[in-house]
Amino acid sequence: MDMSQYLEIFIDETKEHLQGLNQALLSLEQNSQDKSVLNEIFRVAHTLKGMSGTMGFTKMAKLTHVMENVLHSLRNNEIKMNSDLIDLLFKCLDALENYTESIVNTSGEGQNDNSDIIQMLNSALEKNTESDDNKKSESLNKKHDKKETSKYATANFKLNQFEQNAANKAIEMDMNVFKITVILNKSCVLKSARSFIIFQTLERHGEIIKSEPRVEDIEDEKFEFEFTVVCITRQEADIFTREINQIAEVEKVIIENFEDIVEFQETKMEDSSLSGEAVIASVEDLQKENEDNQDQIQKQKTKTGKTVRVDIDRLDVLMNLVSELIIIKTRLEGLGDIDTSQTYNEAIEYLERITTNLHDAVMKVRMVPVELVFNRFPRMIRDVAKEIGKEIQLTMTGTETELDRTVIDEIGDPLIHLIRNSADHGIESKDKRIQLGKPNVGHIHLRAYQDGNNVVIEVEDDGQGINIEKVKKKAIERGVVKKDLINTLSQKDIIDFLFKPSFSTSDKITDLSGRGVGLDVVKTKIEQLGGMVEVETEALKGSKFIIRLPLTLAIIQALLVVIGDEKYAIPLSSTKEIIKITPDQIKLVQKQEVFLLRNTVVPIVRLNEILGVSVDDKDKKQLTVVIVRKGEKISGFLVDSLIGQREIVIKSLGKLLSGIKFMAGATILGDGNVALILDVNSLAV
Amino acid sequence: MEERIEVESRQFVVFKLGKEDYGLDIKKVTTIEKMLAVTRVPNTPNYIKGVINLRGDIVPVMDIRTKFGFDTVEETEETRIIILKLNEISFGIIVDEVDEVLNLTEESIENVANFSNDLSLDYILGVGKIEDRIVTLLNLEKFTDIEYDGM
Repeated sequence: MDMSQYLEIFIDETKEHLQGLNQALLSLEQNSQDKSVLNEIFRVAHTLKGMSGTMGFTKMAKLTHVMENVLHSLRNNEIKMNSDLIDLLFKCLDALENYTESIVNTSGEGQNDNSDIIQMLNSALEKNTESDDNKKSESLNKKHDKKETSKYATANFKLNQFEQNAANKAIEMDMNVFKITVILNKSCVLKSARSFIIFQTLERHGEIIKSEPRVEDIEDEKFEFEFTVVCITRQEADIFTREINQIAEVEKVIIENFEDIVEFQETKMEDSSLSGEAVIASVEDLQKENEDNQDQIQKQKTKTGKTVRVDIDRLDVLMNLVSELIIIKTRLEGLGDIDTSQTYNEAIEYLERITTNLHDAVMKVRMVPVELVFNRFPRMIRDVAKEIGKEIQLTMTGTETELDRTVIDEIGDPLIHLIRNSADHGIESKDKRIQLGKPNVGHIHLRAYQDGNNVVIEVEDDGQGINIEKVKKKAIERGVVKKDLINTLSQKDIIDFLFKPSFSTSDKITDLSGRGVGLDVVKTKIEQLGGMVEVETEALKGSKFIIRLPLTLAIIQALLVVIGDEKYAIPLSSTKEIIKITPDQIKLVQKQEVFLLRNTVVPIVRLNEILGVSVDDKDKKQLTVVIVRKGEKISGFLVDSLIGQREIVIKSLGKLLSGIKFMAGATILGDGNVALILDVNSLAV
Repeated sequence: MEERIEVESRQFVVFKLGKEDYGLDIKKVTTIEKMLAVTRVPNTPNYIKGVINLRGDIVPVMDIRTKFGFDTVEETEETRIIILKLNEISFGIIVDEVDEVLNLTEESIENVANFSNDLSLDYILGVGKIEDRIVTLLNLEKFTDIEYDGM
């Protein structure tokens, strides 16, 4: 069977499950007694086993299978949870992630069969069960290997007291209680839909009092190919066998009478104060109840059916079309000068509203919560902290903040760098922290929030802060700055050195950071995304790295300016204000032209000189200056005149010109001509 | 050059620079456009004329005359931009005139080594002869390596 069409779904879902596994393992580490977490992990392992088995990834299936055995024993208290075991489970997770990575890249799971991990898992299983009944685990293994028999039914099928009561009462009243195990065909794609039909069939004849896995899980397809239900009914077993077998894609139905088990548990039941009568009554009143149940199931169905996985490329196409529409809209606005009848203007305004809404809608579709990136950090911090022997706690806030998908994909690595930096350089060793009277546990706070048209991500630690003197020393050593000039620099300027290539203040090189390839890469990456990085630091109190990212990368508001006879666009997000000055306001300080703006010295950038446009502004009495922001610094761009504010679509200049300086891209103006977008970050002084 | 052995006859788009005929492998040519408004891009080599809006896409164009060190000429009605795609990179070249598409057989294509021309051999694939005409066949793969000022 050709599986390639399912590969993408498989990859997406596996990633989701692994993410869930990661989180569950982390919380298991915090509270190793939490049964619900253990159940969650078990379920993920089980699902992954099923999925990988179906896709023919046998190595992955084998690993998850052994994992599942261990988890199962854990769940049944046959073996004890300890930190080694958690580490082992994390190793499994890593191995599974590697498999997935390999599947993403090569469509195959690779050669590594992770036999060492499997061996460790098996030995963990043996070691701990030795004292226990050996046969038990053996038989358990057998059950897992045999595909035909039901895993859920035999391994972990227990009724709670209420269900026991109901079952018992039913038997007293001469009704039948069946344990029905349905095994679906392996090629069944819509398992949940199929199961839904089976449930409906069953509910026509009786009441389901127990389902394993739970109904919700079945609806979410969180089961392999089989499930077991306990059903109270007045009908005979063969009716069920016949009806269920008529449903397509059902491979096998096993119907057992439940009496034995119930009798076995009878003593317990008698003490119970819970009455089974109510349930029986409801069996009598079957019709009504069924309708309610089905309504409920139906409701849940529609809820889960509301999302669609879409290839990002398709969204890009949609985005491009919206961009085109905006260009045309701008063009139509321009034509309005010729024919300014009222109806025309009204139509244009309406069009404007629609395109803006459309743009917003498309943008929203592309937005994903930063959680997607943040999720991997708790695990990372756990590993890093273990590795360097520090105690670090990571808190994350604002994980629901949304960013454009393309930004999300790129932001991971820079954040990893920053967080590792904080853990390695920022947070002090435990002894030192005690000495300083700080809490033993170092704290890193990862915070995301929206600020106007930007999304801000902050990485804050309560460590030692950046050692300014050390940076100064290093800067002089590296020849970045002359010794006699260093004291004229502000703290900000000095911290900026950290973002220079090959600049690391760490005395020793560790695996984590300190190779001096970190912060400059972070900066470059974030600037590529149209964002910027700032640092705030206080000695002994800690430091904070602040990343600002634009919400969207494709369509922005820009200021159109004229330089010579050429038009350029300056992103409005980086412009602060526009002022007019007279030529004599420009002063020369250290060979740099500056002027005073409300007592702030603003360096002047003559765009015409940098861009090689000849402009004759000698006799100009007034100069137009666009004040732009670069981080917290401002510069004044000298332009000839202003055209105004426009919504522009950023287009790449193409691969041929990708290495070009000072340009952030190009845009198509309403008249069809191309205007270049200035890269404020590289132009500003 | 290896490609030449594989196919017997190849088609070339023939264009003019001054009086000389040049040919480009038709497989590399995306479209041929009439002259469009070109926006200059600062800090690029002088033969990069700028960028054009090709139906919504931004495409860089080169002045092939400047690149080859020929005199520049005024734009005429016949001036064309040939849009090429080489190594997944799209760009246009401005030529004086586009004439026709020629079929050249392997026999009529002569190796460059036998022929001297003031063009750098980097850009010449060979020389095609058809009847009494001579067409210089260009190989523009190297056009996509650009060195920027100060980069």
